[in-house]
Amino acid sequence: METLELVEKQKKATDTIKMAGAEAVIRSLLAEGATLGYGYPGGAIMPVYDVIYKYQDQFTHILTRHEQGAIHAAQGFARVTGETGVVFATSGPGATNLVTGIADAQIDSTPLVCITGQVASHLLGTDAFQETDIIGISTPITKWNYQITKAEEIPSVIAKAFYIANSGRPGPVLIDITKDAQMGSLDFSYEKCKGIRSYTPKPEMKINQVKAAAELINSAKKPFIVMGQGVIIGKAEQELKDFIEKAGIPTASTALGLSGLDTNHPLHVGMVGMHGHYAPNIKTNDCDVFIAIGMRFDDRVTGDLSRYAKQAKIIHFEIDPAEVDKNVETDIAVLGDVKETLAALLPLINTVAHTKWHQEFKDLYAIEYNKVIKQQLEPTKEGLTMGEVLEGINKETNDDAVIVSDVGQHQMFACRYAKFTNTRSQVTSGGLGTMGFALPAAIGAKMGAPDREVIAIIGDGGYQMNIQELGTIFQTKTPVKIVVLNNSFLGMVRQWQELFFDKRYASTEMVNPDFVKIAAGYDIKANKVSKRENLQAAIQEMVTSKESYFLEVVIEKEDNVFPMVPTGAAVSECRLS
Amino acid sequence: MEEKKAYTISVYTENNLGLMNRISAIFLKRHINLESITASQSEIKNVFRFVFVIKLSEDKVRKLVGQIEKQIEVIKAYYHTDEETIHQESALYKIATNLLFDDRQIQNIIKNSNANIVTVAKDYFVIEKTGRRKETEQLYDELTPYGIKQFVRSGRISVSKEAMNISKTLQNFNY
Repeated sequence: METLELVEKQKKATDTIKMAGAEAVIRSLLAEGATLGYGYPGGAIMPVYDVIYKYQDQFTHILTRHEQGAIHAAQGFARVTGETGVVFATSGPGATNLVTGIADAQIDSTPLVCITGQVASHLLGTDAFQETDIIGISTPITKWNYQITKAEEIPSVIAKAFYIANSGRPGPVLIDITKDAQMGSLDFSYEKCKGIRSYTPKPEMKINQVKAAAELINSAKKPFIVMGQGVIIGKAEQELKDFIEKAGIPTASTALGLSGLDTNHPLHVGMVGMHGHYAPNIKTNDCDVFIAIGMRFDDRVTGDLSRYAKQAKIIHFEIDPAEVDKNVETDIAVLGDVKETLAALLPLINTVAHTKWHQEFKDLYAIEYNKVIKQQLEPTKEGLTMGEVLEGINKETNDDAVIVSDVGQHQMFACRYAKFTNTRSQVTSGGLGTMGFALPAAIGAKMGAPDREVIAIIGDGGYQMNIQELGTIFQTKTPVKIVVLNNSFLGMVRQWQELFFDKRYASTEMVNPDFVKIAAGYDIKANKVSKRENLQAAIQEMVTSKESYFLEVVIEKEDNVFPMVPTGAAVSECRLS
Repeated sequence: MEEKKAYTISVYTENNLGLMNRISAIFLKRHINLESITASQSEIKNVFRFVFVIKLSEDKVRKLVGQIEKQIEVIKAYYHTDEETIHQESALYKIATNLLFDDRQIQNIIKNSNANIVTVAKDYFVIEKTGRRKETEQLYDELTPYGIKQFVRSGRISVSKEAMNISKTLQNFNY
């Protein structure tokens, strides 16, 4: 096949400026409003870094300690701002070190533009030094990728990259630029991409679908909503709130949908899924109309699909047509941008209270509180619980911190126990489950939301997967707060070993270093708590600190996350112990 | 478990580098084996057309086509059953030239199967047969006793009976 001919019509600007490809890269980013990027230099991307140096008053580059740290930081930034995260890496290992983050961004629909250097075009395919086929490697995990071999392609390809990354269902885009394209010259002019003929970012709303949904919702006696990250990505928080308040529908959230609705809202009934709340899991299999909004029925949400909400009529509000009927067959699919479809739905909805139906959720919550939550928040055991740490953080931050969690037990505790007042406050690696995500993501989140309190909640395992990013915090003086919930185990795997592998704790016990000493080496204020009476004061000291702060909390070693829907079980078989 | 059936997937795309890789990755991710692949220019200038043949349940084909169509440079993707398409394959058979003259029967086989002789060289001649899989296979079986030096068959080429309004899709793009 021929190389790409850009079919998008680019208006020829009359006044162009002659410059090198590398400069065109940075000028293009600035034209997109991107003034911050994360990355790590190396041979094949040096021309771009030389321009970053030249433009340092306009463009900030954050040097992380590993390319994986760079991409997770960009993800954290993108998740709290809704803007496209920018990442730089060199060819070969630089590019391959991005792979985990790209896959993570793809599955969690996070807008990124990754720019990788590549060996000069005449060396492509020769196994040159630091040559790797990053286009081939990243193809299945990018929304789009493209290799630039000529300087003049740079502005239009970057314009296309930003358009694709952050339109419709967002995702990561990788642009690989050969070194000769960076060094070659072009007549620079920039035109933002307004459309691509083979790409429909969002399906047009069909009012008949909205009407059919409204009719079904109005006829429901026991309606139930599960909202996903689509509500946040679609900036439809207010539309969702207006809808549920009018329709009086209990609303649960997926892990990634959390904070899209105030967790203290009387209609918020918790999180669904494997470690979700009891009531929404049980009621999934009891409701008569199930309304999915911007969510994709992940297996961690549904459990056994053949026994998932079978009694209910299913309505699915969704932007991505490929998600409709993928896992759960819908009765009514409302395609389109949820901000538009929910707004169109509102006037068609009857005002209802569903008081008795609500009470059923409250009754189930009371059961969960007594059997599970109480033990976390008012523990009788000596050892500290993860739940009480989160509760302590809620208290000190007035339920309004940005919580960036890693992957494992602590993540599920963060999702279950952290309270959120404002949207885009819950950043975690949901779909991919990437340990090592939180520390760098928290750096990006803090840079994206500098006025907010950003607290990373990490296990002792995941912390050590990208611990080198303490160096980035040290160098940039980013006042991010780090809480390590240390149970000296890879807790989630250990929990599964306890429950499903007869307590054979294969390679899950961690012999950990002195984390406080490590933080001290990076000049980060640090504290370690192992007694309940010191916990709240320690959290308070952390939250009030103007600088970055590390808090290690020694947690009861063999504590488990409950409720739990074991693999293969139906959501209504949610275990409380 | 839904019954598996042969489906022809037609994918209209931009003529871009790497797109083949992007589409085949979608099959690979789902552990789906392809029966055949053909790629060529379509009826529209600069628009490429891929034709894949796979054996799957309809539910899986529908999801697969949804994932393919979602790719940025894919304009439109369709799936059809055999009954909904006109499809052909092309095969070449290379055979020793002396057989053509020494054994009259081979000429009858060629004639009866509506195959063509593409070329005759001193040592070999080449037969071409276009048709359904069954027909090219039958010719293969008939020629086998004489010794086939080389055999190759193309992937399926197919047009659908119903209209595929690609030009209209492209016209709707107003940028």
